[in-house]
This record gives sequence, structure tokens and C-alpha cells, in this order.
Amino acid sequence: MTTMTTTSVPDTRGGAVEPSARFRDLLAAEWIKLWSLRSTVWALVVTALTVLGFTIGTAYDQYRYWPDDPRHTAAFIKDGIAVGLIFNGNAATILVLALGAFGAMSVVGEYSTGQIRTTFAAVPARRSVMAAKVTVMAGVTAVFGAVVSLLSFCATQAILSELGVGVPIGHPGVVRVIVASALLPPVSALIGMALAAVLRQAGAALVSTVAVIVLLPAIFSEDRYWSAVIDHSLLLSAWFRLTRSGVYSGVAHSWTTGGAWCVYAVWAVVAAGVAVAVVHRHDQ
Amino acid sequence: MVHVIEVKELTKRYGVHTAVDALSFTVRPGRVTGFLGPNGAGKSTTLRLILGLHEPTGGSVTVCGQPFRECPRGLRHVGALLDAHEVHGGRSASAHLGALARSNRIPRRRVDEVLREVGLAEVARRRIGGFSLGMKQRLGIATALLGDPPVLLFDEPLNGLDPEGVKWVRGLFRRLAAEGRTVFVSSHLMSEMEHTADDLVVIGRGALLAAETLTEFSARGDRRTVRVGTRNADVAALTAVLTGEGATVRRDADGDGNADGSGEGGGALTVTGLDAARIGDLACHHRLPLHELTVRTASLEEAFMELTADSVEYLAGEPR
Repeated sequence: MTTMTTTSVPDTRGGAVEPSARFRDLLAAEWIKLWSLRSTVWALVVTALTVLGFTIGTAYDQYRYWPDDPRHTAAFIKDGIAVGLIFNGNAATILVLALGAFGAMSVVGEYSTGQIRTTFAAVPARRSVMAAKVTVMAGVTAVFGAVVSLLSFCATQAILSELGVGVPIGHPGVVRVIVASALLPPVSALIGMALAAVLRQAGAALVSTVAVIVLLPAIFSEDRYWSAVIDHSLLLSAWFRLTRSGVYSGVAHSWTTGGAWCVYAVWAVVAAGVAVAVVHRHDQ
Repeated sequence: MVHVIEVKELTKRYGVHTAVDALSFTVRPGRVTGFLGPNGAGKSTTLRLILGLHEPTGGSVTVCGQPFRECPRGLRHVGALLDAHEVHGGRSASAHLGALARSNRIPRRRVDEVLREVGLAEVARRRIGGFSLGMKQRLGIATALLGDPPVLLFDEPLNGLDPEGVKWVRGLFRRLAAEGRTVFVSSHLMSEMEHTADDLVVIGRGALLAAETLTEFSARGDRRTVRVGTRNADVAALTAVLTGEGATVRRDADGDGNADGSGEGGGALTVTGLDAARIGDLACHHRLPLHELTVRTASLEEAFMELTADSVEYLAGEPR
């Protein structure tokens, strides 16, 4: 166990040969850290299968219990049911829950093990570390979201096409549903990361992530104006606004799709900002 | 630039608790400096302050002339083993070091080098979570060596190492110092530092108790005592005689040496201020038989215990 290799004499000029610090090195390091955990692949695969199970299962139900009525067939596309089946509410809820927890654990995992001190001792530029972590997480989960969302579109519409009610990607509202669903993973992961960076403790981070992402939209209803305003500022509500149209929108107080996209953007930017900023001051 | 660690009036308070109290000392290159203190003395906090992980309440600490937090990348400046458990157990040793090396633009081959150096090459692909404490210590040492830094900090690096590992680590510290590096090693056991350190920094309750060379420190313990064993019946008489000659006599609570084991009840005394020959002469003169007459030099450990006696944070209760 004691094979020795020679270590060169330290540079007495004080790190004059040190290469300059690059942000992409931190991105590469975070990339290695993310994929070197077995749980990363498992979490993503299980989430994808569960979500697709919900969307494909719902489409298959339509196929099995299809009423032989021409009026139903005509209304199915016109009323936006076919578009809505690309990604249903249960699937979206599972997706934001899982990815919120995934984002939270990526930060909590460092704090609960103490790894964060090893990380910050190696890279004292803490905000750069968190910026790299946020960037890698957002990128990976965005790709994940796009894959799941597109797969769901293809699978559900393939089933509906058997009934002659499938919609192509060019159909009004389809791209919006795919994009809005694809962006749920990165935004919810960032929310989880921000709450974890603030709370730094697994239980608190997970509970608050679930509360912010899933409970708040359930609490604030559409029946009063003030309550609707809060509801409209939440991620999952914005997703419903973007993916449900016509009689299935269930919106009493109207708001624009532009407003809903704005909600996505604000949550993402604020969450990323909090996650990066909060590590600067804390004792680690 | 000189690779020194300069601690000046460093203070850290957590609420009302003062963990580090106006601490000042300098750690020099080319030497191994032992950082000693009882449990809870503030050693780990001081190391975290040096690394900029905690913000000081007052005072300053610089490494090579600047606060460590001002280096954007740290591994080429300071290598640190803080707590061997502070790694994510889900990764392999090689992925853990690989990510750290990448973040500091250290070539990948350096990972294999340090893993070989600490003897973990064969388990490089295994999850760290399954490592023993000794293996984690070796991994922590590998992390510290990764950037080939001029300054190295180790917090209790010998915990959990087997005797062979302890010997290896001591040799490593000596070699790193001989190469001109600054090596700062904390411990709560004097015996761990005795054969390794050139200089000592001793703290208790967050405050500096001593900062000097090992030689200077060992001079503190150079007060000789003589252990005297006699029959229980003669203890009082002997004590009177010795005290009469100006010695300080303390009756040992339990004679763990020959005195107690020699048949029908013996008593043991610890005598300071008289040499063994004089004690023997006096006993003979007063016809008091002696069972034991041993000269004892206080060890470094005792000097350390004496120095830190007032600042022990967690004292065990009376034995039941």
C-alpha cells in the first residue's frame, strides 16, 4: 500500500505556472459529478417511464373505450382533447415533483455529506461552482424534458391516430404543449436547487420543494381574484394555462399565454439567481 | 513569495460561543507544524477559517500573503484534508478526484498518480461509501496532494489508519516538508506529533497556549519526578522526612507499579524537588525500607496535558 511516486518540488514563485481559471472546467467537473452517481440515471429513467405510463395509459383508455359516435369524433379534435392528451395533468405533476426533488438532492447531497467543503476548498469561487451546477442541471433536465415530451407526443398521437383523431405537430397548440411540458423539468429542478441551497438540509428542502411546486397550486383556486393572481404566478398553473384550451382550460380569471411563459421565465431566473447568490455568504 | 500561513488576531464567534479567540501564529515552509489542542479547542474551526469556508468574526488569515478565498481555484495553492468523511459516498474514488482535478484544470493522469501514491489504485473504481475510515483518510490525503500544492493542511489525518498507515503518513509529512512545503497537521494527541512535527501550535478553548519548536516545548516537560514505593505503614513517616527536606510529596491514588503489587499493601509517592540518590540516603538514614525508587521524566504528552489542563472542554465524569 505504500508505493511512492515522486512529487515535484513546489513552484517557489507562487503558482506562476498556474493555468487561468475557466468556467468550462467547472462545467466539466459538475458534469462528471452528476453522471458519476448511479442514482442520476435511475432517477431519470424511472421518472420518464412513470410519466410516459400516465400519458400513454390515458391515450390508450380513449382507444379502449371509444364510443362509436361520429359527433364525438368531430368534437374530440375541435375541443382540444387530442392536444390535451399529449401531456396530462397527472403526468405533469409527477414530472415536476420528481425533477424538483432531483434538483434539490443535487445540492443537498453535497451539504449532507460535507462534500461541499471539499468542493469549495478546491474552488474558492463559490458562486462560479453554483453557476456551473445550475447550468449543467438546467441543460441536462431540459434535454430530458424535451425527450420525454416528444416521446409522449409521438406515442399518444400514434394511439389516437388508430381512431383517426391524432393531431400532427403542425396542429395549432401542439408545439406549445410540447415546449411547455419540456420546460417543466429544468424550471422545477432549479426551484429545488434554490430551496436546497437556502435550507441546506434534505428534509426541509424536499418538503418546501413539494410545497412550492405542487401544494401551492392546489391551495390557491380560481374562485377569488386575489387567489387567482397568486395561482397564476405558479409554475404548474402556468403549465395548465399553456396546455389546456377552450372548454377544458377551467380558467375563471383570464390570463395570456405570454403571461404564462413569463411565469416560467421568472421562476427559472429567480431560482438560478438565489442558488448562485446564497452560497457566497454562508459559513460552509 | 513565501508559502506561510499567517494567522492574526483571528476570532470566530457563533452566537455567544467563542470558538476561536484572538489567535495569532505563523506556520512556516519546510517544516511540519503540529496543531494541538483537546477536543473542541477550535482546531477544525481554525482550519476552516484558513480555507475561507467560514468567515472570521474578527482578525485575518492569509496563505502566501492573500486570503485563500481570493484564489479562484484552490488545489494548486493549498491541499487540504479536513474530514475524511466529507465526500459523497455514491461516487468512486476515481470519479471524485477526477471531478476535483477537472475543476482546477489538473491533468487527469495526476488522479492515477495520487491514487497510486496513497495506495488506493486497486479500489479506484469502487464506491467511496464502502471505504473504511483508513481508506477515506488515504483518499483525503490524495485530494490534498492532487494539485501538488506548496501548502498542505491535514485535520486529524491519523484517525483510523493502521500502524503501517501511520508510519507511511509520518514519512509523507517529513518528505513534503523536506521538499520545502508548508505542512500543518492537527491532532488531539501529543504522541502523534512527537516524531513528526518540528514546530507546535497548541490551543485550548480557542486561544493560543503555545507556539514554539518541538524542542522548546519538550523543555517544558523537563521537570523530573521520582516515584517512591514503601510499606503503607511507613508512608506517613517517609512523607514527613521528605517534606522536611523541602520536597513536594504527592501520594499516588493507586500504585500501578510494584509498590502496590508487593504483598501486604504498599504505598506510592511522587516526589518533586529531591533527586533519587538523596531520597534513598534519607530513607536509609531513617530506617525506612523502600520498594521502589524510579526517576521519571515528564513526557511531551504530560507537558501537553499540563498546558491544556485548564482548557479541556469535555471532561469525563468521575469513574463509577
